[in-house]
Amino acid sequence: MVDPEGKTATPEEPPRELDPAWRRVLLARHPKRPHSLDYIQRICNDFHEIHGDRLFGDDPAIVTGFADFDGRQVLFVMEQKGRTTKEKIHRNFGMPKPEGYRKALRAMQMAAKFDRPIVTFLDTAGAYPGIDAEERGQAEAIARNLREMARLPVPVVVVCISEGGSGGALALGVGNVILMMENAVYSVISPENCANILFRDTGRAEWAAGALKLTAEDLNALGMIDEIIPEPPGGAQDDWDTAAANLRLHLAGRFRELSIMSADQLVEHRYAKFRKMGNFFA
Amino acid sequence: MSWFKRDKPTDEKLPKLEDSQRKVRTEGLWQKCEGCRQIIWKKDLEVNWNVCTKCGHHFRLDAPARIKLLLDEGVFETHDHCLTSSDPLHFVDSKPYSERLKAFQASTGLSDAVIAASGRLDGRTVQVCVMDIRFIGGSMGSVVGEKIARAIERSIGGHMPLVIVSASGGARMQEGAVSLMQMAKISAALMRMDEAHLPYISVLTDPTTGGVTASYAMLGDLNIAEPGALIGFAGPRVIEQTIRQKLPEGFQRSEFLLKHGMLDAIVPRLEMKQYISRALKFFMA
Repeated sequence: MVDPEGKTATPEEPPRELDPAWRRVLLARHPKRPHSLDYIQRICNDFHEIHGDRLFGDDPAIVTGFADFDGRQVLFVMEQKGRTTKEKIHRNFGMPKPEGYRKALRAMQMAAKFDRPIVTFLDTAGAYPGIDAEERGQAEAIARNLREMARLPVPVVVVCISEGGSGGALALGVGNVILMMENAVYSVISPENCANILFRDTGRAEWAAGALKLTAEDLNALGMIDEIIPEPPGGAQDDWDTAAANLRLHLAGRFRELSIMSADQLVEHRYAKFRKMGNFFA
Repeated sequence: MSWFKRDKPTDEKLPKLEDSQRKVRTEGLWQKCEGCRQIIWKKDLEVNWNVCTKCGHHFRLDAPARIKLLLDEGVFETHDHCLTSSDPLHFVDSKPYSERLKAFQASTGLSDAVIAASGRLDGRTVQVCVMDIRFIGGSMGSVVGEKIARAIERSIGGHMPLVIVSASGGARMQEGAVSLMQMAKISAALMRMDEAHLPYISVLTDPTTGGVTASYAMLGDLNIAEPGALIGFAGPRVIEQTIRQKLPEGFQRSEFLLKHGMLDAIVPRLEMKQYISRALKFFMA
């Protein structure tokens, strides 16, 4: 190539390829990605929300309710982000407070009492880190959920639909089956915070996303999840209906599998699943 | 006329010392107390289990010393000390995680951030797990998860109480979601302990934050803490960045948690063994 002045022009640099894991992080946080209630509208009928933890308040960052799903009465417990600014503030940007986790536990124990299966959707950047949340025992609320979910005598299916943010997601994540949408991520720490701790530079988040092995494929290979739910080409943000149909299909299949197990078998199955997680040399 | 006069130049009287030699002679013999700002002779501090002899400020205590403090005559048997992390993510930052592990193993003499032991506490056989903050910030990965889960199973199998002394920054980043899942694994094991009606006493020491607080540290039949320990879910820096304001004095300290109903008691280190012994008498015949 020769430009008008006769010098050789340097060819333009090709656009840099994003790290595949980082691309997934961006997709999982895509502003048009379906949230929990968008899926609910598409996968079940007659959903009724139930509110409040009976202790302190009602946390809009977690939505609980019952619905008809595939011919069954099912409890849904979901982390919910907002789309507009007003909604985002109302939902506290999808970051639950202790009352949210306590509401979730109350609802799950109610479902267990009446022998109803439970589905949880994980979608949060993390549990809310604020003064009020600490005062009311954020850590205690999460810890209690981990222990109590382990003894629920009913089927529990967990779906990480977009962002599985550390303990804030795991607090609803102790299930017999753990599924992940194809472009969802699930991690012990956000790539930004990881980069900040290691290099004091959030700009290295793209690197951290790769290092943390937080994509559905990585976690499947590590044996942390059971199955990946495919999304439409390009990602769920372009076609909510197809993404929801895939989710529905996988959920229904898993319920049929779990429905033949007794209460004791379900508890034992869930325990064995988590007990074997860990990689070490003996 | 000067008031004082040197009879000889100093360099004749004292042997000449290199800068590095000077350091060696004084370093580490004294410690400034963070509580009362006084200077304490370090040997005095060690004899007093790292509690300031002047104001009672609790310095951090490493795991081997803690076990000696809690168990009779310092006699105990360790378990699973050969477990080491297999680096599931092949994590490399400024240096590989596997090398980092080796460096910490060499500097601390520990295989990972927890010691699991059994011994007698006032004559009663107990399982004890003690975390050590020196080992990658006391972080919880697969090894910590597995050692504590096995300790819980030993407690259930042998019908024994369990004491876990926490000191940790949370889940270990370098093991990613695998370390996150250890929270669920240990909590599920504690569910079984709960169903077996066996006592679990959680002792929270400075600092206990993140995934450790949000799992087993808060699940004790009794949650007791040392005075002035930092205990919380999110670290104070993260909270300040999120809410963009200064945190109140004493926020996330033991006394704050006691006031907000998250702790059963604050127990000074030197009374800890006595307290646990008394509590176990209530729980078990």
